[in-house]
Amino acid sequence: MEVLQLLVSGLANGCVYGLIALGFVLIYKATEAVNFAQGDFMMLGAFVTLGLTNAEHMNLPFWVAAPLAILVMAVLGYLLDFFVLRRLFGQSQTAVVILTIALGFVIRFVAGVIWGHEPQTLESPLSIGDINIGGVVLGMADVAVIVVTVLLTLFLYQFFQRTKLGLAMQAASQNQMAAYYMGIPVKRVQGLIWGLSGATAAIAGILFASKGAIDPNAGLLGIKAFAAAVIGGFGSLPGALVGGLIVGVIEPFASRYFAAGYSQIAPYVLLLLVLVFRPNGLFSQVRVKKV
Amino acid sequence: MSLLEIKEATLKFGGVVAVNNLSLSVEEGEVYAIVGPNGAGKSTVFNLISRFYQPFSGSITFDGQNLLDRAPDQVADLGIARTFQNIELFDHATVLQNLLVGRHRHRKTSLVEELFFAPRVRREEIAHREAVEEVVDFLDLQPYRDKMIAGLPYGVRKVVELGRALATGPKLLLLDEPASGLSVEETQDMRWWIDDIRKQMGITVLMVEHDMGLVSSVSDRVLALADGAKLAEGTPAEVQADPAVIEAYLGVGAV
Repeated sequence: MEVLQLLVSGLANGCVYGLIALGFVLIYKATEAVNFAQGDFMMLGAFVTLGLTNAEHMNLPFWVAAPLAILVMAVLGYLLDFFVLRRLFGQSQTAVVILTIALGFVIRFVAGVIWGHEPQTLESPLSIGDINIGGVVLGMADVAVIVVTVLLTLFLYQFFQRTKLGLAMQAASQNQMAAYYMGIPVKRVQGLIWGLSGATAAIAGILFASKGAIDPNAGLLGIKAFAAAVIGGFGSLPGALVGGLIVGVIEPFASRYFAAGYSQIAPYVLLLLVLVFRPNGLFSQVRVKKV
Repeated sequence: MSLLEIKEATLKFGGVVAVNNLSLSVEEGEVYAIVGPNGAGKSTVFNLISRFYQPFSGSITFDGQNLLDRAPDQVADLGIARTFQNIELFDHATVLQNLLVGRHRHRKTSLVEELFFAPRVRREEIAHREAVEEVVDFLDLQPYRDKMIAGLPYGVRKVVELGRALATGPKLLLLDEPASGLSVEETQDMRWWIDDIRKQMGITVLMVEHDMGLVSSVSDRVLALADGAKLAEGTPAEVQADPAVIEAYLGVGAV
């Protein structure tokens, strides 16, 4: 029973990692760049929701505030691409990496200035109440996290497999020039994917904040989510989710059965093992080039 | 009216004049070849038509419409497809997937329908697959259908790129050095295909090519280019016999 309890709470945590990892993979799929500010996007999404719904701020109903925050983050993602990242069009990956790391710092600082550096709680209906299933106690927030994550992953998977826009995004990531001459407006498509990843980050942020307190440094969780994305195989959406779940589940078990610090190390030990034995990740879609 | 008309186009890169007051017109149904020494501006002309470069002055019209009004991603919609000198394919996708991307401009379904894979979307996908299968049969790509591009030999990739351009259903096909890097047999195949593309499919072809054997066997008209300007224009035999062309290729005093 204890094992089951650990597993379930690990899965709920893992879903949050998985959602942030999805954001990494989205940007990577569409632009072959890594957005190291993804965790900070998540934190910002949570704070925007908090700012809209908490009583001491704008006091909007949660079910209005949440979609609004998702929309705000989507627009922010698009604008960030339009005004900042598009300037680097055609530059090396390193430039994008450094830029997004810097963006992360900026977002963290700005959030601190607006909402303060103290941990705050989101007034979310998701954080109230528990469900008891045969002795395993699940918070409402945990259930919500798991359900929303599964739905969102299915949506994104279908989006990239089936839709004209999703396929155009993949084409644009593989060869910008060829994509142009197939009739794909490459820059707009890349902007839209930043918007999509902003929306995903907002959803992750709302769920994360519903599970506990949030502060401007919460975005550093992104590093763990990055590990999850690598474990799953960068570029694979289901891989990102599974990677997140694995990291989420490992943590509570490591802290239960080993000494205190091990739960922090465990995800990275796994990351190293995956990099050694399956360098392309567990669900890799990248095939090795023949020379 | 000509299908494609370039009038007095000039393009400069800093002090270098890449295309100098160039006019040319391609008639519907013909194969028109551009030849010239390296650096003559042949590929630059292609990049002007595909809207990769903005001309300094002059006009380009296609099918009666001003091409200079269009963004690069709108060129395909007009019915212009192209291949590249150095092959630009989607390397981490299969041959079939690459050809299907060629159908992109023909997709008319909405995002919501696509997410639910509605019957209309299914019917459309089947129609696109049929269109692509015709291209596969035409170019004998059957053995490679599900192979990743990254692992394919150069000659096959060249054919896949031609196939992807055909899958867009173009009126005008731009071929940038279709025979470069191909073996003698592959070049021979390319020759038959260009012939059939014009005769069976009724597609107008504008190509840049160095292989004079291929040029003279498939083209109706040839334009010789040097330093971005027109040197000679006419049938392949006329252009090859032109003293100015011989001089540009072999140097002064060679005649």
